Amino acid sequence: MSVQLVEQPAAWVRFPARVGAMCLVELQKIRRDRSELITRAIQPALWLLIFGETFTRLRAIPTGSTPYLDYMAPGILAQSALFISIFYGILIIWERDAGVLAKLLVTPTPRAALVASKAFAAGIRALVQAVMVLILAALLGVSMTANPVKLLAMAVALVLGSAFFCCLSIVIAGLVMSRERMMGIGQAITMPLFFGSNALYPVSLMPGWLKTLSHVNPLSYEVDALRGLLIATPANLGLDFAVLVVAAVASISLASALLGRLTR
Amino acid sequence: MTAAIRCVGLRHSFGDHVAVDDVDLEIPAGGAFGLLGPNGAGKTTTIRMITTLLPVRTGTIEVFGIDVSRRRMAVRRLIGYVPQQLSADAALTGRENVALFARLFDVPRKIRTERVDSALDAVGLLDVAGRPAGGYSGGMIRRLELAQALVSSPRLLILDEPTIGLDPVARSSVWERIEQIRAETGMSVLVTTHYMDEAEQYCDQIALMHRGSIRALGSPAELKDQLGPDSTLDDVFRAVTGDQLEQVGGGMRDVRTTRRTARRLG
Repeated sequence: MSVQLVEQPAAWVRFPARVGAMCLVELQKIRRDRSELITRAIQPALWLLIFGETFTRLRAIPTGSTPYLDYMAPGILAQSALFISIFYGILIIWERDAGVLAKLLVTPTPRAALVASKAFAAGIRALVQAVMVLILAALLGVSMTANPVKLLAMAVALVLGSAFFCCLSIVIAGLVMSRERMMGIGQAITMPLFFGSNALYPVSLMPGWLKTLSHVNPLSYEVDALRGLLIATPANLGLDFAVLVVAAVASISLASALLGRLTR
Repeated sequence: MTAAIRCVGLRHSFGDHVAVDDVDLEIPAGGAFGLLGPNGAGKTTTIRMITTLLPVRTGTIEVFGIDVSRRRMAVRRLIGYVPQQLSADAALTGRENVALFARLFDVPRKIRTERVDSALDAVGLLDVAGRPAGGYSGGMIRRLELAQALVSSPRLLILDEPTIGLDPVARSSVWERIEQIRAETGMSVLVTTHYMDEAEQYCDQIALMHRGSIRALGSPAELKDQLGPDSTLDDVFRAVTGDQLEQVGGGMRDVRTTRRTARRLG
């Protein structure tokens, strides 16, 4: 081996290169251990099969001319992405304990690029999971769009939503610093985020305080975008994507600022 | 010749606890330098400042003449770092583990495969590079981490307790690889270790830290001579740390990290 120093590429090349490298690692891990995809698909499957089928028959939730199962499917899609990404904080604490984080931080990778890498890696994992949920929804008879542009836009919404929740999780990890606390907080906030959104029922049915919560919950905007794109319900796509982009960028910035705490 | 590392008036505190206290240190380029001391002596804090993981609040550090506080990214390009913990990703193959670091260090695509294979070959893992790292032995994982650190062709290799928890054969194997790579590339090596025999055999110079400051500095032979005839490096270590060793100990985090690493190595 001889010493051959590598020239430093421009920042605009470095940033996407780092994100790409970490996303590739995520795909390599998924390819090697497919059992996780199956086990993670169980929960959304149960929601669609049990909750969805039952409430479709009950007709307890008014969703207009849209069958309840169709209405609910985008919500379950967003939920499965949320459940994947919200526990990335535990992963980052594990990486700190295993020395991985320190090793990554000693590479010429800006912290924002490292956090964005994790965020988009969560998005990649959520996308692979989304394919499983979509197949299941199609088998249950949910009528979905086949428009490739809409499907691509859905993928973007899912990745942005996952990026936000992944970074939210990293922010919490940077504050609580321990796996046990992170696990507790992760479990404590997941259900309120899910039930405090429009994933299962229209916002118009919610009490006033929950409506307010729903309006500041990025999951609601993710579900609105997915629902509008997947089953063509009325949606404010411009606002949805604007909120998701701002939330993702803000959370990446905040998580980057707190990342250093984890290695001290 | 520019020193590999130059620390002047280095000091770092965690709250009221002074972890590193007025450390002046010059590590020559091309040599193997051992930083020794009991848990909690300040070795890891010093290394974390050199590797840019901790901010340099008081004093200065230069790596090959580059100020660590001002040009962190430039310094990181010169460093290969192996942390104390076993940090290779068990879910990835040996080759994928090394390729990730090649990408993070911007090794160009056209030479990436060659560079990854070269790093794996240098640590004797080319034949098993396609196997998941989860199936590697402790010594193989350490060598894999060495390959991760080497794939960017660093000028300075920093190893934090690289042989902790390894059996004697694996320890020798790791050190032989380090020695071989150092001889081939002229790379500088900074290592922390608790094993006096390793420090004596493989380090050109040694600094003994205790309670945040450097208490002894020199070649293993010089340090032993200073203490008297028939002295060993263990004697020097005891003389420097004194009978306070049990009381100062390391923090819980140090102990946990060491135990976790040893446990994972079986």
